[in-house]
Amino acid sequence: MRFPILSVIVLTPIIAGMLILLIPSDRKNVVRYVALAAATIALLLSAWVYFSYDISISGYQFIEKYNWLPQLGISYYVGVDGMNAPLVLLTGVVMFTGVLISWGIDDRPREFFAFLFILASGVFGVFVAQDLFMLFFFYEIAVFPMYLLISIWGWIKTREYAAMKLTLYLFIGSLVSLVGGLAMYFGSGKNTFDMIQLSQANFSESFQIFWFPFVFFGFAVLGGIFPFHNWSPDGHVAAPTAVSMFHAGVLMKLGAFAALRVGIMLLPVGAQHWRWLILILALVNVVYGAFIAMVQTDFKYVIGFSSVSHMGLVMLGFATLNKDGLIGSGIQMFSHGVMTALFFAVVGMVYDRAHTREIGELGGFSKKMPWVAVAFIIGGLVSMGMPGLSGFVAEFPIFMGVWQVKPIIAIIASISIVITASYIIRIIGRVFFGPISEEFDHHVGDVTIKDKVALTILCVIMITVGVYPSIMSNLVSSGVDRILSLFGGA
Amino acid sequence: MGFITNNILSIILFSPTVVALVLLFLPQGGKKLLRWVTLLGCLIPFGFSLLLWFSFKADTPGFQFETQTLWYGAISSSFHLGVDGLSLTMVLLTTLLTPVAILASFSITERVKPYMILFLLLETGMLGVFLSLDLLLFFVFWEVGLVPMYFLINQWGSEKGERELWGGRKVSARTYASFKFMIYTMAGSLGLLLAIQMIGVSFRTYDLTKLFSLFPAVTQLANIPLNLSLETVKTIAFWAFVIAFAIKVPVWPFHTWLPDAHTEAPTAGSMILAGVLLKLGAYGFLRLVLPLYPQEAHLYAGALAFLAVMGIIFGALAAYGQDDFKRLVAYSSVNHMGFVVLGIAAAAYAAGSKDAVLALNGAVLQMFNHGLSAAAMFFLVGVIYERAHTRNLNDFGGLFPLIPVYGGILIFTSMASLGLPGLNGFVSEFLVVRGSWPIFTVFTALSMIGLFFTGAYILKGIKKVLHGPTNEQWVGHITEINLREIIVISPLMFLMLWIGVWPAWILGVINSAMQVLFKG
Repeated sequence: MRFPILSVIVLTPIIAGMLILLIPSDRKNVVRYVALAAATIALLLSAWVYFSYDISISGYQFIEKYNWLPQLGISYYVGVDGMNAPLVLLTGVVMFTGVLISWGIDDRPREFFAFLFILASGVFGVFVAQDLFMLFFFYEIAVFPMYLLISIWGWIKTREYAAMKLTLYLFIGSLVSLVGGLAMYFGSGKNTFDMIQLSQANFSESFQIFWFPFVFFGFAVLGGIFPFHNWSPDGHVAAPTAVSMFHAGVLMKLGAFAALRVGIMLLPVGAQHWRWLILILALVNVVYGAFIAMVQTDFKYVIGFSSVSHMGLVMLGFATLNKDGLIGSGIQMFSHGVMTALFFAVVGMVYDRAHTREIGELGGFSKKMPWVAVAFIIGGLVSMGMPGLSGFVAEFPIFMGVWQVKPIIAIIASISIVITASYIIRIIGRVFFGPISEEFDHHVGDVTIKDKVALTILCVIMITVGVYPSIMSNLVSSGVDRILSLFGGA
Repeated sequence: MGFITNNILSIILFSPTVVALVLLFLPQGGKKLLRWVTLLGCLIPFGFSLLLWFSFKADTPGFQFETQTLWYGAISSSFHLGVDGLSLTMVLLTTLLTPVAILASFSITERVKPYMILFLLLETGMLGVFLSLDLLLFFVFWEVGLVPMYFLINQWGSEKGERELWGGRKVSARTYASFKFMIYTMAGSLGLLLAIQMIGVSFRTYDLTKLFSLFPAVTQLANIPLNLSLETVKTIAFWAFVIAFAIKVPVWPFHTWLPDAHTEAPTAGSMILAGVLLKLGAYGFLRLVLPLYPQEAHLYAGALAFLAVMGIIFGALAAYGQDDFKRLVAYSSVNHMGFVVLGIAAAAYAAGSKDAVLALNGAVLQMFNHGLSAAAMFFLVGVIYERAHTRNLNDFGGLFPLIPVYGGILIFTSMASLGLPGLNGFVSEFLVVRGSWPIFTVFTALSMIGLFFTGAYILKGIKKVLHGPTNEQWVGHITEINLREIIVISPLMFLMLWIGVWPAWILGVINSAMQVLFKG
């Protein structure tokens, strides 16, 4: 039998989480090393999947399928194609760097890592699931620990409010899409949750038009689509660093990806009918998110709203339903994940030392932590869509795709580039340069070597994709071809 | 040898990046080592571009030393490099000015390592623009060069001065200047980006060698917004290109970022900014706007010539009005680059005629010459600033007897900038004027007013610094220009004289390129 690599990736975090719970709570270092070992395994295996995926064959690979509840047509069915392979790799990267950055957590690290890893398993599961039921199953697993992680380890001022808001939003979203999913299950008449079979179910046009919004927008809540985005900045700000990284870096992609996988791929006619709405809402995300980010005074809120803006680009790419736009979205999900993980890591490092995130009070941190400053600048440039970095590689095709659908939207959306540049430059100038206050001058020290390793990994990935885009675009392109085939031709 | 000749452009392009990577692993404290490694590293691309210059066949039409590999396959953009006489001249200018600027930066003592790394990345960015034959790649390098320059101004710029923002918040002048530079250029590139996307979507290729023949003859474009006619869309795209490049040149009235950025930048930064970065804009006009939009360029050439003349006149007047020596030199760039744009506008109007080729020759040579003289002038301002810690012209006076060598060099360079016959500036300005005269007689005549004020502000600078009663506070305090600084300036002075006396060596290369590119 072939090595069940995807199952191992999905189960490694959750098994490690259980093992961690068995370790006595005072042996914090053992907990950390077990966590690191598990994260390393997941990272290496996901990199293995990414690089050994055979583009020339394309389609779903590394498939595993076992009957789970055959009476209801539910099976454990996983596989990767060009669209989700980068996301699996992204999850591996964020998990690994997240563990490195959370090394300093001293308040019940055992439970923290356990919950974080349960969440990671859920995320991996959603990305590789080929069975609708499994997808929902893992989706809930991924969302649920978030509540505990935020409300226990979060920012003391808003954690309870934010955790509740986030969880309710996401539960409502997933319930709405679950209703849509069940409608598909019964509507197909095939008695199966297998998404490949469901995609051949030939749902009637009126069925698709009716149910598409349920499925798409239900999931898109987690992707942060306007006007359902406002859980996300609150949630990001309240969450502890590693959780923010996971949340903005991976979980928002989970929503976007599920909206694509279940909404657009299973109900293509519905997608064509509703694409205008998605285009307009995503455009609002892009421009409005950028403007709101510009006026924030809290460092972390700036990043939170920048995620809203950037996820808007992902949705914008989806709504183009053409090759360029979808390729761009595929890469943007990866690129934004890496970038925003880096942002939140940096915010966390600054906050841990300064105990404030008010931009006006910070300043001069490049003297104290030059490595972090450089990393943030690289991330900032990615966010601005600077050519030569992954952000440009992702955004350029999205704009090309939008141009083919509705040029005026591309023109309006491009305003966000300048707005993003201005708030990123402002943060770089106010937080990392300029005079440092006396208080910080004495107390603030440099970050640890583990932090530096994590930041370096993230930066290297963004530069590599930016300089050599084919490393990702060919793979994503093969996945996009499959999606387009559902629309009758490339 | 085969490897080198096949990949010479990639070697020139990426050797600064490689040196920057080497610097990354050198110790922060070893300032001497860092400086020398950077200087020697910069001589590598210079050496290769000399080799390129001598193995370039001026009489062969088209691009030479082309290399092409797929870069971003999904949107069919390739890594396509090549040189013709135009880009070759600019590559030579860039690779020559960078080591000179690095040598001029030996006086930087703060954070030498990041400074040198940024400078090297800047060189790669600039060279990339000149070497790219792919529209997307062009844009990539166009933007990449912004980042290092931003940080050079923002971090190593002049420490004095404050500016008020809206809302009354005060920021240091260098923060203000660098932010203005960044936002101006990025906003300007936005239209360029959208126009490039439109072209990419319509033709599914970014290859310039193909677009040169495809785009001007296009009869249908994909997805025209708002049901506009093809002509309107092409006109809008034309202006999108023009504005992006006009901001960089800068063409009046898009020039207001320039005096701030030039004044606040560190000396070497100003040298490169004036010497090379402004040429990126003019190069964009020549490489992209004229070949891609011949009809529109012809149609709007008058407007462009008008802006150019305004730049020449107002640039000169503004320079005359300055009391800050560096600001004076900064405004002189607006004045001098005006002639480049005038030549380009004339050529756009009368593409294919003999006069147009003359004007273009003048414009390209003026780009090269202004690169030399502006870099030299900024350097000399930097030299005296380092000693006197002021740039206010009214604080100087009568320094000639105290620092005679510096005085001589300053007068020589000023004369080159002024356009004294026998030095380089004269040759190129004369060519531009000679070429434009039959095409835009009135505008060219008006530009003579500007030329008159050029003389006035140059002489003002010399008079205020060197002549008049000696300002006693400098006696015994101001020191003569040192050997390193003389080594920095001497290659520039040598070239100014050489081109002034015998311009044929460089005009031959430029001329053949212009003949081929714009035969009409």
